[in-house]
Amino acid sequence: MAAVSLTVNGKPVTADVDPRTLLVQLLRENLRLTGTHVGCDTSQCGACVVHVNGKAVKSCTVLALQLEGANVLTIEGLAPADGPLHPMQEAFRENHGLQCGYCTPGMIMTAVDIVRRKGNSLDDHTIREELEGNICRCTGYHNIVKAIAAGARAMPAVATAKAAE
Amino acid sequence: MSATGIGAAVRRKEDHRFITGTGHYTDDVNRPGQAYAYFVRSPHAHATIKSIDAKAASGMPGVVAVLTGAELAADKIGNLICGWMIHSKDGSPMKMAAHPALATGKACYVGDPVAVVIADSLAQARDAAEKVKVDYAVLPAVADPAAAQKAGAPQIHEVAPNNTIYQWHIGDAKAVDAAFKSAKHVTKLDIVNNRLVPNAIEPRAAIGEYEAGTGTFTLWNTTQNPHVARLVIAAFVGMAPEHRLRVIAPDVGGGFGSKIFIYPEEVVALWASKRAKRPVKWTADRGESFLSDAHGRDHITHAEMAFDAEGKIIALRAKTIANLGAYMSTFSSCVPTYLYATLLSGQYDIPQIYCEVDAVYTNTGPVDAYRGAGRPEAAFVVERLVEIGARELGQDPAELRRKNFIKNFPHQTPVIMTYDCGDYHASLKKALELADYKGFGKRKRESARHGKLRGIGFSAYIEACGIAPSQAIGSLGAGVGLWESAEVRVNPTGSVEILTGCHAHGQGHETTFAQLVSERLGIPIENISIVHGDTDKVQFGMGTYGSRSGAVGMSAIVKALDKVEAKAKKVASHLLEAAEGDIVFKDGKFTVAGTDKSVDWGAVVFNAYIAHKFNGQELEPGLKEGAFYDPSNFTFPAGCHICEVEVDPETGETRIVAWTAVDDFGVVINPMIVEGQVHGGIAQGIGQALLEGAAYDKDGQLLNGSFMDYSMPRANILPPLKVDVTVTKCPSNPLGIKGCGEAGAIAAPAAVINAITDAVGTEAVAMPATASTVWAAIRKSHVAKAAE
Repeated sequence: MAAVSLTVNGKPVTADVDPRTLLVQLLRENLRLTGTHVGCDTSQCGACVVHVNGKAVKSCTVLALQLEGANVLTIEGLAPADGPLHPMQEAFRENHGLQCGYCTPGMIMTAVDIVRRKGNSLDDHTIREELEGNICRCTGYHNIVKAIAAGARAMPAVATAKAAE
Repeated sequence: MSATGIGAAVRRKEDHRFITGTGHYTDDVNRPGQAYAYFVRSPHAHATIKSIDAKAASGMPGVVAVLTGAELAADKIGNLICGWMIHSKDGSPMKMAAHPALATGKACYVGDPVAVVIADSLAQARDAAEKVKVDYAVLPAVADPAAAQKAGAPQIHEVAPNNTIYQWHIGDAKAVDAAFKSAKHVTKLDIVNNRLVPNAIEPRAAIGEYEAGTGTFTLWNTTQNPHVARLVIAAFVGMAPEHRLRVIAPDVGGGFGSKIFIYPEEVVALWASKRAKRPVKWTADRGESFLSDAHGRDHITHAEMAFDAEGKIIALRAKTIANLGAYMSTFSSCVPTYLYATLLSGQYDIPQIYCEVDAVYTNTGPVDAYRGAGRPEAAFVVERLVEIGARELGQDPAELRRKNFIKNFPHQTPVIMTYDCGDYHASLKKALELADYKGFGKRKRESARHGKLRGIGFSAYIEACGIAPSQAIGSLGAGVGLWESAEVRVNPTGSVEILTGCHAHGQGHETTFAQLVSERLGIPIENISIVHGDTDKVQFGMGTYGSRSGAVGMSAIVKALDKVEAKAKKVASHLLEAAEGDIVFKDGKFTVAGTDKSVDWGAVVFNAYIAHKFNGQELEPGLKEGAFYDPSNFTFPAGCHICEVEVDPETGETRIVAWTAVDDFGVVINPMIVEGQVHGGIAQGIGQALLEGAAYDKDGQLLNGSFMDYSMPRANILPPLKVDVTVTKCPSNPLGIKGCGEAGAIAAPAAVINAITDAVGTEAVAMPATASTVWAAIRKSHVAKAAE
């Protein structure tokens, strides 16, 4: 076992884990943050996407021990508890961008990251290409694309892609 | 229409928990003291299990138990079953082989579970599983269903000579032959309906827990029908009597049919929890899902359509070999028979139809219902035949369809079904307009200027949903009735709980069902809860599949609401001191007809519980009613999908450039949700047509058992979807609903392939129409044309 200390959703966390523990296991099993899901084990489906130091990362593909000192944001921390929803969450509901809900947390975390990198004005083509790493089996993506475009417009203005990178 | 009533695009009530990460799926459940299960699965498609040595594994850290089929048999745990009896043409019953939850004696497919390790942690269970020594004697295997029937093929189960489960047929063979003899033109088609992996993004999972004090089991399970799971595990597997087995299906992350069935792992989780005296949790990894989830489709079909001189279809015949895999899954037998051949009339007035179906065992994972289940296979046969027929006859494909549409209802087909209503002209007409069919020639020329081949394809599909009238399916071999139940519990403060035997795994029942109740009772949808997925709460139900929850499940709610209203009127009559017959209930108010005397819902409900204003011996206090609804017929959603593609002749790559869907689902409760269902169905249908196909090698190894190898639609290959409806009200249920969940998956494959074959000018394009398949078809056709 080995210790790792990091920040998750703004709170300091220290855990004693088996060295092979993945970030997603740390989140789900140790911290009981079960909003982050596992869908494929091969970094394909994106149900496990969280933000690490502000960037989207597939939490099934990172060892927990790699995250010493890191700042992790999960779907549970995207909006303040009991506060208003994040604009991207609101857009998914408003545009029926989800059905079974299983891929949704990863989709939303990815979507927020797309806006960070590509800005608030996103065309269909860009969104569809950027969703290459997220699979939804329910919606046919039509409404997810709509939701992300609307969520991006509703989010606070971000710097352009170049500046953000 | 009220803002939250029938017909309103109400935003979903269930979404808040899903967008905030507070959904509650089976793998999110953790029980105190739980252990973890990891299965040892056969790496061979067909092998005798000579021995299993668990000694080394049992001594590994954290290991609680290593269990095999021997212990399962010693504890008298029964086999899994297929619940629909099909008889062969010779009258003999289908050949159902024993299916123990852990393979005993031999393994019959790659992934067949042969042992399970229970340990303190998942990592320990997995480590120990590697130390379980199974001594296999590998046997020859067969994965191809046609090869499985041939003389000399490996025999998988003694009970089924030639691996043949049944040889079934439907229709009048002689009449069909006579019609074919008189035909002016016959169109012929050989197709493989490719084998698909459902791939709900949530993998299957199960937690078993045994409470020794009461002798009660609880199973948390990723299931679309918890009550059927309980029934089968109690009555056939014999784990515990029904009243000592609780099945909970919490949030379920997609099903598409694959979570209907009763699987070995959930049986083992329950059984092991009693043996280990601890809750036992199992969650599939994706590789296990690929191997062990029931797959869909997998038909080999030869079909022919006979036309007269005017282009009228006069007969259809088909011969299908259906692969059911290594064991018969829960409903596998009915999929290639009563859910397939009974839809071969399509939307057309076809006087004679005959279909033969052989179901066979192979050394592949089980095959059962997957979105559409039998109906996509039927639609593909019919819509390919009609399209090719039109090309061969030199007729416009829309016009040929129009000429053959059924116009008068009810319509009795030659294959059991009585279509109750529809307007196929209306959906075709609207689809042609929305797709700008007239402008297609111009768009084709434009594509040609860019070196691309443009094609257009139709699919005027039909399906039978609202599954199903119990007596009718009983006569066809079903082991259960397919009615639905509902209970309406009105609380003293006026809020309402609806208990339903349906189960939602993406369909939005918590919203649509509440819309119905809101409209009926005149109360806000916030005051209505939909309760489902727990056998301790809901008495019984048949679950959700076959687009049945609207037509059947909501009809049961209507029946129960009728009873609630009748009872509430009795209470209101006492409050208003008027005759019960004079009470009118509208918009949440009980009024004495012709007067302004009224009392609202809240007051009536409260008085039903305090029972101060009526004699409790004459009128029972309380307000809670239940109902069982058995439909009088199937429902028949139908519509027309039009796909437009551009094919790059240099690479064979297909791009779908436009999609138009016009469906008739009867009355629509929530158009936003219905559109979403159509989108998702189309995506899966496009997946089948362009990308997906479970590939087994000749030895029964699955070659593409991960998301890296099995290609599913991603956002960048799908086009924006133009979706609309036409409405004929279904006469066989009180709401006029037909069902919408499967339509897209049924319609889409034929539309795509019809479009591609139109573009490339050859019919020999198999699914999935990958770039290499299409490129090869173009090359072959060029070579053939050059040789002419």
